[in-house]
Amino acid sequence: MARPNPTASGETAVRARPVGLQFGATVRRVAGRLPLHLSIIGLVALWSIPTIALLVSSFRDPGLVVTSGWWNAIKDPFSLTLDNYETVLDQNGMARSFLNSLIITIPSTLLTILVAAFAAYAFAWMKFPLRNFLFLVMVGLLVVPLQMTLIPVLKLYVSLNEWFGFLGHDVPLLGGRWFGTNSYAGIWVAHTAYGLPFAVYLLRNFFGGLPRDLFESAYLDGASDFKVFRRIVLPLSMPAIAALAIFQFLWVWNDLLVALIFLGDPDRAPMTLTITNLVSSFGTSYQLLTAAAFISMALPLVVFFALQRYFVQGILAGSVKG
Amino acid sequence: MASVTFDKVTKRFDSGLPAVNDLNLVVPDKEFLVLVGPSGSGKSTALRLLAGLEEITEGRIFIGDRLVNNIPPKDRDIAMVFQSYALYPHMTVYDNMAFGLTLRKLPKEEIRRRVDEAARILGIEGFLKRKPRALSGGQRQRVALGRAIVRDPAVFLFDEPLSNLDAKLRVQTRAEISKLHLRLGTTFIYVTHDQVEAMTMATRIVVMNQGTIQQVGTPQELYDRPRNLFVAGFIGSPAMNFFDGTVVQEEGALAIDTGSFKLPVAKEKEKQLSAYLGGKVTLGIRPENIHSADFTPMGIRSEIVEGEVEVTESLGNEEILYLSRDGKQFLARVDPRTDARPGQTIRVAMDFERLHTFDPERGESIGLPATEEKVEREAEAASP
Repeated sequence: MARPNPTASGETAVRARPVGLQFGATVRRVAGRLPLHLSIIGLVALWSIPTIALLVSSFRDPGLVVTSGWWNAIKDPFSLTLDNYETVLDQNGMARSFLNSLIITIPSTLLTILVAAFAAYAFAWMKFPLRNFLFLVMVGLLVVPLQMTLIPVLKLYVSLNEWFGFLGHDVPLLGGRWFGTNSYAGIWVAHTAYGLPFAVYLLRNFFGGLPRDLFESAYLDGASDFKVFRRIVLPLSMPAIAALAIFQFLWVWNDLLVALIFLGDPDRAPMTLTITNLVSSFGTSYQLLTAAAFISMALPLVVFFALQRYFVQGILAGSVKG
Repeated sequence: MASVTFDKVTKRFDSGLPAVNDLNLVVPDKEFLVLVGPSGSGKSTALRLLAGLEEITEGRIFIGDRLVNNIPPKDRDIAMVFQSYALYPHMTVYDNMAFGLTLRKLPKEEIRRRVDEAARILGIEGFLKRKPRALSGGQRQRVALGRAIVRDPAVFLFDEPLSNLDAKLRVQTRAEISKLHLRLGTTFIYVTHDQVEAMTMATRIVVMNQGTIQQVGTPQELYDRPRNLFVAGFIGSPAMNFFDGTVVQEEGALAIDTGSFKLPVAKEKEKQLSAYLGGKVTLGIRPENIHSADFTPMGIRSEIVEGEVEVTESLGNEEILYLSRDGKQFLARVDPRTDARPGQTIRVAMDFERLHTFDPERGESIGLPATEEKVEREAEAASP
């Protein structure tokens, strides 16, 4: 009978123990976090169900939409169709509305960022009388409800059109008036003004957090305030500017109220306005609404994913200290 | 290349307290002047006033013959190295160094030549295309130096540039900055709270406290003849030991009695101290002038004093003893062969020829001219 080698078996035992311990620790760790992970997955699922339902419904046959629940589509994937999208885009002017939304949203976002960035730089880094008071007033405007301003601003626009007749002339290519009601420029200015208090507040806080040494170093290097703004502040503030761009873009893109007040003309209506009209004109055409809603959501999603990397990127790394 | 003159410069912030108070200082061309002092002493403010980053409340600052009070920082012909390096994080090392030159619209070839030259001097040629975040602390510091060098300014300003480096790198960079000063032959004004940096690099040191100059002098002058208690305690590491004492007469000679031990007064100091006979003085003696009685250097005149060892710190080449006598703690820097253990009572030899004596009320050194007169005299002597 062969005798077991005590040394060898001893070594095996010694080696095996840590592995066993390690496995046990991993199991315990996973088990410990399981409830957390399960709750997160549950919440995400709950949160996503309405959107998924909307997406699935937008691809279903109108007849099926009204007779069965959206989950039935999973049983018969071949019943899905693009008809709803075709109808919405072709017959209901959704394509033109999409373009209108872009014409309204892009300048409104860029203008807001531009004006807010200038103002925020001044509030953060330039010395002038009443600086803090003016900033406080600006932030105070955040609490003024937008609805309260609609009538006075609309009246102002109407008056402007009365006083300066040329503002009411047609704009080549874009259409609509040069300024005032029913003009793109009018709604750009309105959206910019409504967005400014928050935009200035957000950017001022970010700019104010940039290291003072960078500014002083740039001044010593011979940079003017504008050069510091353009060559130092703007590149370093991309995370904040991207965040602001997303906020402002979504806000303007999803806006119905301001568009309803300032752009009555259906030829210049953005998607939100057209979708609302779909509801009234189609009544129960639920499937068309879902498709229209998805067309409306597509671009904000693209914008978000395009800019979201700025949120996670530590762009300031390496600027100061070791 | 230029001299720098502070003429009665005062800076008050909104709180009303002066950060810099009536500063008079002349920095001759090509000098390596170090402003040293604790936090809040006004040394950095003085530098920032010179750079134009703060507005002067009163007084005038000249760079060369030019009054610069109302000249913006970019036109003062100065370059500054910041404690935080202040590198532009989104630019490459090359662009960081070239930024100031680009703004001054220098030709591209000239910019490249200057950046390459500075990079060669500092040994950072290999990093020119990297971003600051891909560099170590020491490399970033070099880039910050490079950015100043390429500008070829009349005056270099340094605001605690080594504070963020580790100890070894700090020693290394210290030597490199000194070499750079010799090589460039430009006026360097350097702010630090580290007296070792000040002592090792400066041609002259300005010790500041609470916005005023305490003493101006070469490192050796400050060490040997501190003007007041503040300078005496600030310059030297470990710091000077202070004892309260009374001047007494013993066997026809003066001595200082601290209550627990007596030290004779060296002959050359007797005249100045005789006015204090029977009165109080503050006695200062540096740890390196207190030796182990068993290892006393040749040729010194010392008095043996006993003390109880509380802590010992062995540094290999020397030993620092924390001693106490009658409840008063003092430090001695002794020969490493000294056999001292905590709790033991040992005998130390105090070199009484290297005593410092101060007026306890005014804090001034006894026998040296009063602070302000001396500063003015030095300023006049140094002015070109």
